[in-house]
Amino acid sequence: MSDIILKPTRRALMRGAAALGAAGAIGSPMVLREARAQGAFNWKRFSGTSIDVLLVKNPRSDLFQAAEKEFTELTGIKVSSEQVPEQQQRQKAVIEFASGRPSFDVSGISLHVQKRMAAKGKWFADLTPMIKDAALTSPDFNFEDFGAGAVAYARQADGALDTLPFFVDYWMVYYNKELFDAKGVAFPKTMDEMAVAAAKLNDPAKGVAGFVSRGLKNANVPVWACLLLGQGIETTSAEGKLLTDTPEAIWAGELYKKLNKDTGPVGQVGFNWNECQTTFMQGRAAMWLDGIGFATPLEDPSKSRIVGKVGYGVTPPGPKAHHAGMFGDGIGISRGSQKKEAAWLYIQHMTNKAQQLAMLKAGAGAPARSSAYVDKATIESSKFGKQYFDCLLDSAKIARAALPQIVPVTEFRDVFGVGLTNMIGGADVAAELKKATEAFAPVLAKSEQG
Amino acid sequence: MTATSLPTATITTSPQPASAHASADFTPRYWLFAAPAVLVVAAVIVFPWLFTLYMSSQDWKIGGGPEFVGLHNFRELFNDARFIESMGHTAYFTILAVVLPIVFGTAAALVFHREFPFRGLLRTIFVMPMMATPVAVALVWTMMFHPQLGVLNYLLSLVGIGPQPWVYSPNAVIPTLILVEVWHWTPLVMLIVLGGLAGLPAEPYESALIDGANDWHMFRHITLPLVWPFIMVAIVIRTIDALKAFDTIFVITQGGPGTASETLNIFLYLQAFQFYKIGYASAVVVIFFVIIIMLSLLLLYARQKSKWNA
Repeated sequence: MSDIILKPTRRALMRGAAALGAAGAIGSPMVLREARAQGAFNWKRFSGTSIDVLLVKNPRSDLFQAAEKEFTELTGIKVSSEQVPEQQQRQKAVIEFASGRPSFDVSGISLHVQKRMAAKGKWFADLTPMIKDAALTSPDFNFEDFGAGAVAYARQADGALDTLPFFVDYWMVYYNKELFDAKGVAFPKTMDEMAVAAAKLNDPAKGVAGFVSRGLKNANVPVWACLLLGQGIETTSAEGKLLTDTPEAIWAGELYKKLNKDTGPVGQVGFNWNECQTTFMQGRAAMWLDGIGFATPLEDPSKSRIVGKVGYGVTPPGPKAHHAGMFGDGIGISRGSQKKEAAWLYIQHMTNKAQQLAMLKAGAGAPARSSAYVDKATIESSKFGKQYFDCLLDSAKIARAALPQIVPVTEFRDVFGVGLTNMIGGADVAAELKKATEAFAPVLAKSEQG
Repeated sequence: MTATSLPTATITTSPQPASAHASADFTPRYWLFAAPAVLVVAAVIVFPWLFTLYMSSQDWKIGGGPEFVGLHNFRELFNDARFIESMGHTAYFTILAVVLPIVFGTAAALVFHREFPFRGLLRTIFVMPMMATPVAVALVWTMMFHPQLGVLNYLLSLVGIGPQPWVYSPNAVIPTLILVEVWHWTPLVMLIVLGGLAGLPAEPYESALIDGANDWHMFRHITLPLVWPFIMVAIVIRTIDALKAFDTIFVITQGGPGTASETLNIFLYLQAFQFYKIGYASAVVVIFFVIIIMLSLLLLYARQKSKWNA
């Protein structure tokens, strides 16, 4: 099932890296060629049309909205977009798509949560015919520029590309260099070493935790799932069987428990990413395992006490494999929209090279376009150092989807999230995982039937 | 019998009060006047309830079609450990969220009923929490509860007490949420009871003083029985509020840590809007409705009884 799509990710990412190099090699002649091609493409053919767009509230959507004026000047298409907080946006999308007549033409989705649901509910139109249509797709759009790994992640099992990936989030380890240096601890080379380092760095008397990660139910599942990747498996097998009570899953659960219970801050059991971020930014934690998309405020002097002291490390390898958990967002066109062509122009513009570069510059996340990473001027002028970009590219090479590609992802996260929270409270790992697996197995079976 | 002859006959032949013959007045032409109200009630109250009842008998997930399963959702609910646990949390939360504001609110009303300098100003300050929006209040308290950076632990550190986990501990989460409820809603109880105290007659107190009663005797045997109907009103309002509490809990804990503060409302929200199990969630609504009806009847009976006794 999911592995068919996910296993090629490494190969796909290698292809992406090759494309990335090629993009750099082509350099300025390509820009000139595209500039000429740009002139021939008729952006105005849908002038006077209005489209509605549903977005998740985040810095990437801010960039989309900032570019709307330019898009309207270019195309004559008016855009009415709204940003809705993540949880509510997901609910709105589900309910509106289920109604058969969504009020929006374009919507963003979290691929790691809603990909299968979108396929099952036939939410979006396949973008492939439009990408191939020279009359609809600007020559400078260059679909090949999108990382192969990201595209594979967005592509559905039937081969349809119903959303265009525009943002990828790799999980990595943020670490406080000052705290590491003060105790003479080196960045861990393995997941087991991470626990050892966390124990050395943990200093409750000074209010410093050795490690911080999400403890809040639901939000905490990606942490455990990323550790599980170190065993070379995901939470479900290629056949869709749950692997959540296997010895490997128990190993990952034990490591999660050890890191969070023994070396985590007080109250970690209720932490989502924002509490972790705040704790790390205030210099109260030595390491933080989470998505690279959360880096933005760490180097902002008005918010962070550890500016210039942040290290960006690739998730260390586990006993059997070395992967970075991958998550991502896509944007697609409602299947029922009467303005698909105008909506496609919008998507093209919002995911063009300039926009993706702006995302990288703003630290708003990792773009899906490979060309963004070879723009040396951007990297050199960024407030994030070389280590950040190295971490990003190295993570891309070993990226693998961490959450299962199933329909009831939210229920999966809820059921296993409760178990993980209980583990931080001291509950037995094997018993919690067994209980959660037994509770979730019928839900999964039922979701695959319907 | 015609529609027009009956009222005339009733008036001329019966000397009894009109109420005794009310049924005879409901000819079709009178129903016309009530029809708009009946239609509105049917559309906004009766239909949603009947539809919820219908949905509770279906296996229905958003995005899929409904399938009739009879009482299966109810059977499943009573075998669902999280549902049973959420009922327990709801009872625990409701009892504390009613009793404590009632006790503190009544005490505050007794204090503010007396004359003292700046009474008006202090009373205004006291009722201010009640005017705040619950979500805004919850967000402020969330920041205050932060175990590392929250002001509460900072204040405790000033007096030598170590950091407390507050809502981040499964054992402390509900009592901590009650702290927010008490802060937020004690003023409401105070206002209701204060209204009752303002209308009390002075004579019973004068007689009691002549008979040598002390303050406690006067409170126990005069004040409390006389304001009890007002306290009952406060209990009814607080019980309804506490049972339907959602915003504060959701914003501060989302039912966590784990499921430690998952009340029926949070459980219902998860089933309906996170897992999209509409049939199952409807069954929860039906059970919740039955509980609320039973509790309301009990409280209304108690209130009526307190009025009779008074």
